[in-house]
Amino acid sequence: MTLEALNYLTAWPEIFLLTMACIVLVVDVFISDDKRDFSYYLSQLALLGTFAMVMMVQVDGREVAFNNMFVQDALSVVLKSFILALSFAAFVYSRDYLKDRNIFKGEYYVLGLFAVLGMMLMVSANNLLMIYLGLELLSLCLYAMVAFNRDNGNASEAAMKYFVLGAIASGMLLYGMSILYGLSGSLFLSDITVAISQADDSRIGMVFALVFILVALAFKLGAVPFHMWVPDVYQGSPTAVTVFIGTAPKLAGFAMIMRLLVEAMGDLQADWQQMLIILSVLSMATGNIIAIAQTNIKRMLAYSTISHVGFILLGILAGSNEAYAAAMFYTISYAVMSLGAFGIIMLLARKGFEAEEIDDFKGLNQRSPWFAFLMLVLMLSMAGVPPTVGFWAKLAVLKMVVQMDMVWLALVAVFFSIIGVFYYLRIIKVMYFDEIADNQPLSCGRDMQITLSSNALLVLALGLYPAGLMSLCLSVFA
Amino acid sequence: MESLYLAIPLASLMGAIIAGFFGGYIGRKGAHTATILGVGTSFVLALLALNHHVFNGAEAYNATVYTWMISEGMRFEVGFLIDNLTVMMMAVVTGVSLAVHVYTIGYMADDEHNWPNDSLAGTNSYQRFFSYISLFTFSMLMLVMSNNFLQLFFGWEAVGLVSYLLIGFWSVRPTAVYANMKAFLVNRVGDFGFILGIAAIVMYTGSLDYYEVFGKAGGLSSQTMSIFSGVEWNVISVICILLFIGAMGKSAQVPLHVWLPDSMEGPTPISALIHAATMVTAGIFMVSRMSPMFEYSDAALSFVMVTGAITAFTMGLIGVVQNDIKRVVAYSTLSQLGYMTVALGASAYSVAIFHLMTHAFFKALLFLAAGSVIIAMHHEQDMRKMGGLKKYLPITYWTSLVGSLALIGFPGTSGFFSKDSIIEVVHHSSLYGHELAYYAVLGGVFITAFYSFRMFFMVFHGQERMDQHTKEHLHETPWVVTGPLIALAIPSVIIGAMTVKTMVFGSYFGNSIFISESHNALAEFSHGFHGVWGFVEHGFKGPALYLAALGVISAWWMYIKQPGSADFFAKKFSWLHKLLENKYYIDDFNAWAFGGGSRGLGDRLWKVGDIAVIDGFFVNGSARVVGWFAGVARKVQTGLLYHYAFAMIIGVLALLTMFVIL
Repeated sequence: MTLEALNYLTAWPEIFLLTMACIVLVVDVFISDDKRDFSYYLSQLALLGTFAMVMMVQVDGREVAFNNMFVQDALSVVLKSFILALSFAAFVYSRDYLKDRNIFKGEYYVLGLFAVLGMMLMVSANNLLMIYLGLELLSLCLYAMVAFNRDNGNASEAAMKYFVLGAIASGMLLYGMSILYGLSGSLFLSDITVAISQADDSRIGMVFALVFILVALAFKLGAVPFHMWVPDVYQGSPTAVTVFIGTAPKLAGFAMIMRLLVEAMGDLQADWQQMLIILSVLSMATGNIIAIAQTNIKRMLAYSTISHVGFILLGILAGSNEAYAAAMFYTISYAVMSLGAFGIIMLLARKGFEAEEIDDFKGLNQRSPWFAFLMLVLMLSMAGVPPTVGFWAKLAVLKMVVQMDMVWLALVAVFFSIIGVFYYLRIIKVMYFDEIADNQPLSCGRDMQITLSSNALLVLALGLYPAGLMSLCLSVFA
Repeated sequence: MESLYLAIPLASLMGAIIAGFFGGYIGRKGAHTATILGVGTSFVLALLALNHHVFNGAEAYNATVYTWMISEGMRFEVGFLIDNLTVMMMAVVTGVSLAVHVYTIGYMADDEHNWPNDSLAGTNSYQRFFSYISLFTFSMLMLVMSNNFLQLFFGWEAVGLVSYLLIGFWSVRPTAVYANMKAFLVNRVGDFGFILGIAAIVMYTGSLDYYEVFGKAGGLSSQTMSIFSGVEWNVISVICILLFIGAMGKSAQVPLHVWLPDSMEGPTPISALIHAATMVTAGIFMVSRMSPMFEYSDAALSFVMVTGAITAFTMGLIGVVQNDIKRVVAYSTLSQLGYMTVALGASAYSVAIFHLMTHAFFKALLFLAAGSVIIAMHHEQDMRKMGGLKKYLPITYWTSLVGSLALIGFPGTSGFFSKDSIIEVVHHSSLYGHELAYYAVLGGVFITAFYSFRMFFMVFHGQERMDQHTKEHLHETPWVVTGPLIALAIPSVIIGAMTVKTMVFGSYFGNSIFISESHNALAEFSHGFHGVWGFVEHGFKGPALYLAALGVISAWWMYIKQPGSADFFAKKFSWLHKLLENKYYIDDFNAWAFGGGSRGLGDRLWKVGDIAVIDGFFVNGSARVVGWFAGVARKVQTGLLYHYAFAMIIGVLALLTMFVIL
């Protein structure tokens, strides 16, 4: 086999990122603590470089590499570019936070870069093994990142829970995959598709495998009842890690669903549609209702994530190309909103103070009208109020559900969204109408101010001109 | 030409924006300079457009300026339809508006006295006022220039909004707030009909564009719709009557007229601009513009004519018993609007528009003259406290005389041509209800003459009934007030004679107005037309002129010759006097039935629906349930790892049971 036959140039961005991650790993060992910024800049450079290369990838339909293991298509290019951009912003937000807590270490960036690599592999996987490898690369990095602040009891507890539950989920995924392999005799997604379409007697076995795979996917995204880790991990991790976990991996999870459920097991749609309806309704109900009872904003956002996952699943279960595009639109816009919200939490945090409680947002408008406004935009977008992107995301998904003649499901979704509006509005109320509780001035670097502002304004801009992102999503599935 | 058309409304809008948003910085002088420049530009450009279309005979211009959105094949656009009808309206609107702008400088000069000290609303009220009137000009231009129903509705609502803002301009006066609320609510009723009409148009034609809709109007006349099962209604009649209900609101036709007299609570320039010359004519303009639709419905035309006739006669009668100088003019406006509406009903759209134009001049003149009197009298509006003002206000006196003569239709004045045309056209009409309309408009002539000269004599002649202090300060008003009076007096006399030939009998409106063959009242009337002099001569043969003369003489006899006779008649016919003074009890009925009814309903809904059902059961109830559930569900999240793992296993088992085993 020659090197050319591998067609490795297709995977050039991944190869570059891997190389850079290794370089950062080595360089970081040799620089002193006060020059740690160098690792940071090098990591950001790695992300930017990878981003540029992803942008340069010309995709005409579909290109495979490494003996069909790796696929580069419109879906992977779009998702990868957003994963890289989101990670870049998360790194920007994290820097001051890490410095203030004396955990500004190279490991954060090395782990982060490898996690990004894992996500990119998941997005481009064309083989069950690749999916699994990418997922494990991502998950192992995330476990370590959660436990990153190892002197903190909460963080260690969160990491432990995440790790054990993640291992169970991985086990289920492997179990499901092995059944699939047994029934189809192949690990390639395309072969599995063929096998399923021809399956008659073994169909029940396929559904059996589907249940286990779906459970693992639900765990990854945090859908009820496989969501238990989400609040604990979001709350327990350092916010710098939460922002990372809460954004880009959602896109990778979406890609995994697309690859596994839609591409490989599209013929079982009738089955997974029913399963997703259950998961989706449970997620929207549980997420929105329990979020109301939270006093910790990170925990509240964790439950909010669960409810948003319910919405993403709604789009996927509607099961048309347009519906997948709507789900993708939802996932991307949710990741952008969530990034901004955690960014604001980190902005409020300072040395020895976490700004994790909702009460810490009291009177934010008096401390900084601009950032209070940005948070207002983000919260309204999460609640789905026009003219923010959150509104269009919900609208697009609901439209697809209605087109599927599942009006009752759309009504359920709207019902729980209305309940959900309460806790988003509470943040706004606290910021604008409550007495100021904390007089410390806000301080953060210019880079963070600009990134955070453009992040929140992007939510507004996409809400005013949703057509651009929407047509991008539609073109992926066209 | 497109950029010119675009510049006409935008120039006024710019003035409004500058004066409205930056009024505090640029001060009073800056505000009135900016708005007058803006409206002045609009006026000059409108004259250019008028010249382009009327004298150079340019084709009608119909084009889209901006496409807002296209939804399911429906185009939502901003566009202009400029033809002879439109340019005339544009010229009238901007011309009157310009005069009013100039006049306002004098009228509002000491506006700060109208506000309590330290009133926040009173700061920069002068600039705000100018911003409003420029905004009004913009809205009205958008309304008349529109080539589609969406923009028409925008302009329609925008003029309604500005009118609301201006009637309640002195927002610290309870009467002004009451009046603007009333105007707003009554206009809601009309606008509801209007938007239903537009909705019906969209439903049956699938378009908002004038020309497209007009093209399909003939087809609609043979369709029927059944709103209540079993009753089939002609589609075009339903649409036209609904649209006309909108016009009844804006153009103050009975029974939606109640807001107009109260609107006199606003500053006088507004009464002149909005409630005499422009906004109230929006309905007349709209019906003329929609002539290709109204022509297909005899039912709608009869409805229009009878409504107009009732308005013309009954509202004039109320004017006879009013003592507030502005209210007399206001009721006179109502009555004249009725005349225009009657002409519309008789398919004589050009006559209606002609009367609209002449009326715009002499009614603006009368309003501004009334304003001039009010300024001179230190904001006293009660005619019983005036009298003998002739020697103190000579310019106002003579211009008022000109305005009054035009209003009653003195031969040769502009009002004579337009009013006589209406009476003659109604005479020739053959629609259901035309006899009633004919006698109503004839009777209206006598009433008009009577109340006009009653006011004239009470204000300018007879005893000086004002107090000593006012009398000492009486003097002619400044040139910014008298200038517009003179400027308006000239066209009040001559514009009729100049334009009657082309507008009423000629082909001035060309294709912009459509008259069906069967409605040939105007054509029959035209046969008898032999030049302007012939028209004047003909006037001496009809009863109208003598009725008018009788009205003037009666007024003179009752208020100058035998000053006590008015009271005598009031006592003798006390039931009639009381009925008129109470304006036929329509206000009381509205307050009792609609005001009281909706308050009672609201009270009931509030207590039963809101407090008990919505607040008690749904809001608080569901909040309690959600809160309780959240508390319980929160406990499931124990924080114990094996509970979490257990939940996952349960989930897997449940899914397996549901999908594999079952």
